[in-house]
Amino acid sequence: MIDVKGVTKAYDQKIVVNNVCLQLPVGGVTSIIGPNGAGKSTLLSMISRLLPMDAGTVTVDGLDVTKTPSDVLARRLSILRQDNHLGSRLTVRDLVTFGRYPYSKGRPTAEDMEHVRKALDYLNLEDLADRFLDELSGGQRQRAFVAMVLCQDTDYVLLDEPLNNLDLKHAVAMMKLLRRTADQLGKTVVLVLHDINFASCYSDYIVAMKHGQVAYQGTPEEIMRPEIMRHLYEVDVTVQNVNGQHIALYYA
Amino acid sequence: MKQLALAAAAVIVLAVISLFIGVSDVTPQSLLSPSPDDRAVQVLLISRIPRTLALVISGSAMAVTGMIMQILARNRFVEPSTAGTVEAASMGILVVTVLAPGASVFGKMLVASAFALAGTALFLRILQQIPLRSVLVVPLVGLMLGGVINAITTFFAYRLDLLQSLNAWMTGNFSGILRGRYELLWISFALMVVAYIAADRFTVAGMGQDFTTNLGMNYRRVMTLGLIIVSMVTAVVVVTVGMIPFLGLVVPNLVRLIFGDNLRRTVPWIALSGAGFVLACDIIGRVVRYPYEIPIGVVVGVIGSALFLYLLLRRNAYVA
Repeated sequence: MIDVKGVTKAYDQKIVVNNVCLQLPVGGVTSIIGPNGAGKSTLLSMISRLLPMDAGTVTVDGLDVTKTPSDVLARRLSILRQDNHLGSRLTVRDLVTFGRYPYSKGRPTAEDMEHVRKALDYLNLEDLADRFLDELSGGQRQRAFVAMVLCQDTDYVLLDEPLNNLDLKHAVAMMKLLRRTADQLGKTVVLVLHDINFASCYSDYIVAMKHGQVAYQGTPEEIMRPEIMRHLYEVDVTVQNVNGQHIALYYA
Repeated sequence: MKQLALAAAAVIVLAVISLFIGVSDVTPQSLLSPSPDDRAVQVLLISRIPRTLALVISGSAMAVTGMIMQILARNRFVEPSTAGTVEAASMGILVVTVLAPGASVFGKMLVASAFALAGTALFLRILQQIPLRSVLVVPLVGLMLGGVINAITTFFAYRLDLLQSLNAWMTGNFSGILRGRYELLWISFALMVVAYIAADRFTVAGMGQDFTTNLGMNYRRVMTLGLIIVSMVTAVVVVTVGMIPFLGLVVPNLVRLIFGDNLRRTVPWIALSGAGFVLACDIIGRVVRYPYEIPIGVVVGVIGSALFLYLLLRRNAYVA
């Protein structure tokens, strides 16, 4: 379980995340939604020790993320940021192999290579395995990064806006894949999502943030309500039940 | 692996050619023919072999250093001579020369390393402070910083009548290399081995701080190791042979185009290409105006700047 207690972050007096307390359940897909500047990415970065916090604690299965050795944590929790604008010219296979670094320390064993093979297979990347990342399309590259964090084989997989730069087809494929990762591999997937309807259709649990605080949390059914959406995003939203899914309409 | 062996063979051929170029009569025949004073053997041992070794070590070390510098600055267009490192190192040499004229070469090297470290750290510090709009801003900042440091050094060198010596340090030249005056370079060879051992760390660090932290590595520690390698190698090379411009820029970028950025794979290629490039430039410099020599810094500068321009102009083709 990820346990967030009183976490606060401020930049030059401006409080971005304000005293957040949150318990993220084990298993399934949890989405963090909210308007721009709500502190979603900042919170995710602090949970994954990429960003130091000004106050509070985060524990992952009882391990304090600021005190646990980084390489121990790297076998429990992986994080993929949104701006994977790499300057590095690596092949897909090399990138995915680096996902094993917390275990192999640079000397991958046969077992590590088996993980790499499985991850490439899981994301349909075998044909692209020996291509350089800078020769791929945005969607292919995003898949390669996800393959890397899956190869890291952590119980918790955190992704910051994994649908960024993906077209509809690839966005759907990515969400299905993350759903499968949670259902078949038993991982806990935590996402920051902008698209509330993707969050509604693919999550087990939704955390809604506003002004640096957790405004609402619950199942998609509990969160996908017009009054909640209106309060979060300050636009008129109607929510309709389409084939058993709660879909927010806010286009007109 | 086979290609790498071929490249190594090519470098060995260049090294052998380099051994037999010069005014003194050193040829395979003169080495084998018995003569009373063994002059050819003496020249070979005292001058030619040290010179060729110095070329190979400094060429490969500067190329690998360029690669690490590019990872530290997260920019493809920097190297120690476009980041203030070389200028800071030569300022260090000036300071030692003035304050402790009797210092050993090793002492000079240590002071130059300290200055190079400070100069490079300052460069990285400045990079953190300014918003970067374009990849070309980074080398420009480095060139300006180098210019400022160099101006200070030149001022004091002028006042103290040391301009000529300063110029001699700054221009790469292997003609003064003799047995007993190049051995310091083995330190940079050792640092290159360290860089190879830590290759995976540097590759990961090249992907950025978040990636590095996610994989459980301490980014700062990798950066510090890189900084130490860059500063010490630069200082050693500047103290022994002077500055070799563009080498650290051109060689890693060309290797990267073909083999990518997995340092475990590319460091041997960068080292071999660096050695081969410097050997070839030195041979050209010794042959063009035979029996006189053109300093290697000039030859590398001419060929290197042409290659650099080529890389800049085709940069959009591969910079992601």
